[in-house]
Amino acid sequence: MTANISLPPVAEQSSPSHGHGERRWQDYFTFNTDHKVIGIQYMVMSFFFYLVGGLLAEGIRTELATPDPDLVDPALYNSMFTMHATIMIFLWIVPAGTGAFANYLIPLMIGARDMAFPKLNAVAFWMLPPAGVMLIGSFYFGTAQAGWTSYPPLSLTTGKVGEAIWIFSLLLGGTSSILGGINFMTTILKMRVPSMGMMQMPLFCWAMIATSALILIATPILAGALILLSFDLLAGTAFFNPTGGGHPVVYQHMFWFYSHPAVYIMVLPFFGIISEVIPIHSRKPIFGYGAIAYSSLAISFLGLIVWAHHMFTSGTPAWLRMFFMITTMIIAVPTGIKVFGWLATMWGGKISLNSPMLFAMGFLSTFVVGGISGVMLAAVPFDIHVHDTYFVVAHLHYVLFGGSVFGIFTGIYHWYPKAIGRMYSEFWGRVHFVMTFVGFNVTFLPMHILGLQGMPRRIAMYAPEFQTLNQVCTWGSYLLAVSTVPFLVNALWCWFKGEKAPDNPWNALTFEWMTSSPPEIENFEVLPVLTTGPYDYGVEEEEHLATIAS
Amino acid sequence: MTSIPNSILTLVAGILLTVVSLWYGYNNGLMPVAASVEATHVDALFNAMMAIATGLFIIVQGVIVYSAIMFRRKKGDDTDGPAIEGNVPLEIFWTAIPAAIVLWISIYSFEIYGEMGGFDPSAANDMHAMHGGKNSAMAAEMPGMDMKAMEGMTASGIGASPASQGKEAAVNVNVTGLQYAWIFNYPNTNITAGELHVPVNQEVKLTLKANDVIHALWIPQLRLKQDTIPGEITQLRFTSNKVGTYPIRCAELCGGYHGSMVTNMIVETQENYDTWVASQIQPAETTGSAVMQSTLASIESMNPATMPTHEYLAPYAHEMGVRTEMLAKLVRDQQAKNHIHLDS
Repeated sequence: MTANISLPPVAEQSSPSHGHGERRWQDYFTFNTDHKVIGIQYMVMSFFFYLVGGLLAEGIRTELATPDPDLVDPALYNSMFTMHATIMIFLWIVPAGTGAFANYLIPLMIGARDMAFPKLNAVAFWMLPPAGVMLIGSFYFGTAQAGWTSYPPLSLTTGKVGEAIWIFSLLLGGTSSILGGINFMTTILKMRVPSMGMMQMPLFCWAMIATSALILIATPILAGALILLSFDLLAGTAFFNPTGGGHPVVYQHMFWFYSHPAVYIMVLPFFGIISEVIPIHSRKPIFGYGAIAYSSLAISFLGLIVWAHHMFTSGTPAWLRMFFMITTMIIAVPTGIKVFGWLATMWGGKISLNSPMLFAMGFLSTFVVGGISGVMLAAVPFDIHVHDTYFVVAHLHYVLFGGSVFGIFTGIYHWYPKAIGRMYSEFWGRVHFVMTFVGFNVTFLPMHILGLQGMPRRIAMYAPEFQTLNQVCTWGSYLLAVSTVPFLVNALWCWFKGEKAPDNPWNALTFEWMTSSPPEIENFEVLPVLTTGPYDYGVEEEEHLATIAS
Repeated sequence: MTSIPNSILTLVAGILLTVVSLWYGYNNGLMPVAASVEATHVDALFNAMMAIATGLFIIVQGVIVYSAIMFRRKKGDDTDGPAIEGNVPLEIFWTAIPAAIVLWISIYSFEIYGEMGGFDPSAANDMHAMHGGKNSAMAAEMPGMDMKAMEGMTASGIGASPASQGKEAAVNVNVTGLQYAWIFNYPNTNITAGELHVPVNQEVKLTLKANDVIHALWIPQLRLKQDTIPGEITQLRFTSNKVGTYPIRCAELCGGYHGSMVTNMIVETQENYDTWVASQIQPAETTGSAVMQSTLASIESMNPATMPTHEYLAPYAHEMGVRTEMLAKLVRDQQAKNHIHLDS
């Protein structure tokens, strides 16, 4: 099977007067339709929000250095963790994974000149800055304080303006995400070079098919929940309000029907990135291409039927608790297939411990901890004890920081030479990794114990017996904050002063390395032809020739 | 004959891994005191999972570290590694083993959940009650509650353990969660208290409701937690078997002072419990319990959603985890903020 479209539509250029390979810096601040510009716009914007969300996290950790609520007003504290989660999820991890990397890489990886719908792509991006500005701006009016889950009735009683702004921002973000999902799906399915079948695609594309499917199926439900919530909030309806006959648990079902898949939306792209990075820097083919490709689809499917494990202590009947326990447990199997596949890829390879590989190995190391605690949380009797405690806070950060954020840095270092055209500093990259890895574990490992011992999450004041461990977490979070400095200096300095990068610094086989660094405006002078599989490292030259001949 | 065969090394490593995992799993000491039979069950499950988790953790981290050291590219070696693209039996192996492990954990959890009373048909699972219909049996179990409010509702949560199914619990307590306090009402004696007193080794049934927003009653030493949901009745049944004072914490975000929604469960001997009950029933002005009761009753009848925080916070100051001075400061802060937020 080959793609129907042999010549992808030519991208509109906002600056037709400029020749190939030339890009004005102003383009990055305009409604540009080049997928590479949009990818970098996503990356820089989401990194800005990472710093904002991180600042909020440092505020939270500073408050929690002592048991008393002595830094900020408790209501403001609730706003801070609400905004921390909202910003980190909807303006950092989701846009960085499904916006930045997917936009930048998919057309390059499949030999297309742009995305299927370039204008839609730009529209999707430009929905996010207003959403972010509104969220940050809402601190002036009284921010949403009901947590990023925003459960009614609490969310209906903590200030209309902030909650309404929060709902509207999320609707914008969700719409942007849906538009992106349509674009990725169409581009991957329809715009590959004719010689590339589905099973010759880079695994990142498989991961993005799985991610886009989740976005398209689950995000509309979140939109529905939020619109109904806004009616309750602003129009006095009672969909979720018990005083008018509504049911608050219905909101929880609708919310988690999106928000559990959202976890996979936030981590599947990075599974894809890890599947690219590990073979290249281990100089070995990916171990079990088919298993890793299909396990993405399995995770995507199973991810849709596990949502109520967030509600084991809610008003849920026993059969429902048992059903969702079993589905949640099963999702560990496809995830395990991937992890073991990556380990086997490294085994016996020739590993370069450079920055992308270090972050990829850090990803494996920390994500596995999050995966294991995830299986434990799936067990209903244990979850009843630790639900809504710091054990969950630890678990989710091992998945979303140890998984997604480590994945983002893996991707940034790996494709930095391609996107910027200059090499980053390996030394500062390694310093960044060590500080991030140590800081991360010091911050989040003790939280497991806090949760088991009895500390609930989302509290500004806690029992004095938890202070020592909380202070360890706080010091760890300061180290994490400092760890962004070597990264920022490295990334910014090398952007202008770094050593010029060759087209293919890693000797990789996928298409994005077959063009110039940075790629010219329509990606390829001549569309590439598939001669090897994406990960055929070490495969004999004769076999290459045989592949071409066939 | 100087080198040891690989198979023996693997065997020794396997045995060591198993021993270390089991040792850590069953000696992790991460849980607080277990003060009930149910808690002991949960800990057994937790320890088993910790043993498996330790083993998996060591294997994965071991492979990562070993690879980073042993398979590092030599300087100047620009060749590729061996072109191994997969190994179907190995892939089947690492699909089947995790599948078997999670299946086993599921079955074990299922069993423990049953032991705890999760499948009590009169509680968690009562489809008949859920669809309305005859609620007389259920209503009789919850004296003191507003009968009208309960119609057509089921009580989800943890019910009676298999041994005591169908029997009444020795002590019934109606629990109300409100911003930011727990109120415990003993329907048989009409005692209302801010702390939960229960006799040791007696089955206790908590019938939970919420007045304003969702709360969650969590007693870490019992490993039990249940949301209290406005407009819905939930329940918890347990038998605590250790005398002591244990914290009760709200685990579901319920507002600015969520973290201060803390009180105590006092598990005491039957004699001490009886003494406490007697002291609460006496309408003696000297103890102040009548005043306390009327205060609590009036607070319960208010709708806190329409009130600013500090007005109904005061009566609970002495039972909160926050020091009195701190509370005063908090209330001042809140009042200052009211000018900005609540009035707008």
